[in-house]
Amino acid sequence: MINEEAKLNPNIFPSDCAVDESDFEMKAIREGFGEGLLAAGELDENVVGLCADLVESTKMNLFADKFPNRFIEIGVAEQNLVTVASGMAAMGKIPFVSSYAMFSPGRNWEQIRTTITYNDRPVKIVGSHSGISVGPDGGTHQAIEDIALMRVLPRMVVISPCDAIEARKATIALAKTKDPTYIRLAREKTPVMTTEETPFEIGKAQIFFDSSHDGKNPDVGIIATGALLHKALVVAKTLSNDGAMVRVMNLHTIKPLDTDAILKLARETGALVTVEEHQIAGGMGSAVAEYLAEHHPTPIEFVGVRDQYGQSGTPDELIEHYSMGVSHIKEAINKVIKRKK
Amino acid sequence: MSAEEIKHLQKKANDIRISLIEALIEAKSGHSGGPLGMADIFSVLYFKEMKHDPKNPEWEERDRLVLSNGHICPVLYSAMAHAGYFPVEELKTLRKFGSRLQGHPHREYLPMLENSSGPLGSGLSQAVGMALADRIDGKQNDRIVWCLTSDGEHNEGNTWEAVLLAGKEKLHNLIQIIDRNYIQIDGNTEEIMPLDPFVEKYKAFNWHVIEINGNDILDIIRGIKEARSVENKPVIIVADTVPGKGVSFMENRYEWHGNPPGKGPEDVVTKDKQGEVALKELRAINF
Repeated sequence: MINEEAKLNPNIFPSDCAVDESDFEMKAIREGFGEGLLAAGELDENVVGLCADLVESTKMNLFADKFPNRFIEIGVAEQNLVTVASGMAAMGKIPFVSSYAMFSPGRNWEQIRTTITYNDRPVKIVGSHSGISVGPDGGTHQAIEDIALMRVLPRMVVISPCDAIEARKATIALAKTKDPTYIRLAREKTPVMTTEETPFEIGKAQIFFDSSHDGKNPDVGIIATGALLHKALVVAKTLSNDGAMVRVMNLHTIKPLDTDAILKLARETGALVTVEEHQIAGGMGSAVAEYLAEHHPTPIEFVGVRDQYGQSGTPDELIEHYSMGVSHIKEAINKVIKRKK
Repeated sequence: MSAEEIKHLQKKANDIRISLIEALIEAKSGHSGGPLGMADIFSVLYFKEMKHDPKNPEWEERDRLVLSNGHICPVLYSAMAHAGYFPVEELKTLRKFGSRLQGHPHREYLPMLENSSGPLGSGLSQAVGMALADRIDGKQNDRIVWCLTSDGEHNEGNTWEAVLLAGKEKLHNLIQIIDRNYIQIDGNTEEIMPLDPFVEKYKAFNWHVIEINGNDILDIIRGIKEARSVENKPVIIVADTVPGKGVSFMENRYEWHGNPPGKGPEDVVTKDKQGEVALKELRAINF
């Protein structure tokens, strides 16, 4: 069931598999980033932080308080945020720039393209408050296009951690690379699935759950990214209790894609469901589909936002309304299994 | 400053002009007006003021030069070639397939560039970032970050975001030189999007402003000397330049902003003669 090698939190499933989030250890992914940046700053004095008037919200405050000389408050100016960072990177700094994902990389895409990826500078773009579960702030503040915007850029690494612990590890890891990187964070508290012992390597997908047995291949594979991974795991556990064989992959690195792992999953399951809090167009599922269409055509059902904007509501209401809840993942699984040849 | 030295810099500026015109004739596309107007400033920077070593482009202690308005790169390439970064002959590959001299500067192709540019309005921010990085490292008195900008790109919000930040951070190790030639693609800057009172705007943003004649070697040197002495403020040198400087039929004509010889207005010189006449005029200048 739970892949022991992943060394996950033993309490990720409630006894009855109902998704009542009060049952889980909860922590915001952005908190993990804040802790990770502080740790990265302690490890390397070239790490600098720049923020567009959202120091507290994006959890850069831990770093800014500890290293005031290495922190630059840019003000509400996201175009300047990334271009100033490009200049600092040119001088050997490793800049982390944070804002809400809707504004960075939402507003400053061309500056990111020209001065960071085209220019090949190791700037780390931190997009907090991504996804529709930003909630009551409404559609203007719900970035559900950011993965598409970033993964289309040559050289850009795209990371979408599933929980706070993974976000901390990812932040520390990407401070050590020379790649321009986008890391996607979420505002609300979400279940902590991983532990300190869970392995993390940029570009390496992980199997978190597998209920296949007796040497048989699973009936279906689920590939999830970000906090929705937890719902995917709950669905997998529920279906497995009814006898289905399901394998679940955590795809925290959307670019570069772990094509070996995806190919293996596609070959062994013959049917996939992708799950992400993002537009289906251009998102993680698209990346998986682009690869498999060329190398191993496989039936895929996509769980994500279908060409719509969000609105105000609680995260749970919005996830349900935009068809990314437990029932929708189940439905996608049933559909894709029927499509198997 | 001896008369000899001034003559030397004037001669270098003219060499830069001749080579960039030759490159544009070969390229059959590209910008003429801005590069010609800025040649004197590039001459002073590359042959007098800038701390750099063409034989060791990665020298860590070098000054940094950020060209924000990347479309005037023919003058940058020409100045670099004459300074010894690469052969002058290579200028004739400008804009051609496989060339290191891309239509707009790209440091993947020419790594000795400090930045890739072209899309307007983001160079000043990068220069601010460089100046900030030097301050963090305690090197703010060791070198200058030069940033060359245009008046057209002062239509961009990104430019003003950088102006605000540089003023806030009091970056005296940053010197911006703006090519205030009053033209942009669609016409006169004051008709397209008025920038005046330009000097007062910068003063209000807490910059030190120096006005110079950007086609007068001595005045350029005077302006830079003053700029180096400023403490606690970023500096902008507002260079009044003549677009198309040195070629009579191009001077002060916005139609020459984005055209090479052979593609410009024909009311004075016909297209087939534009390159020839331009080179003839430049080569006839005596020093």
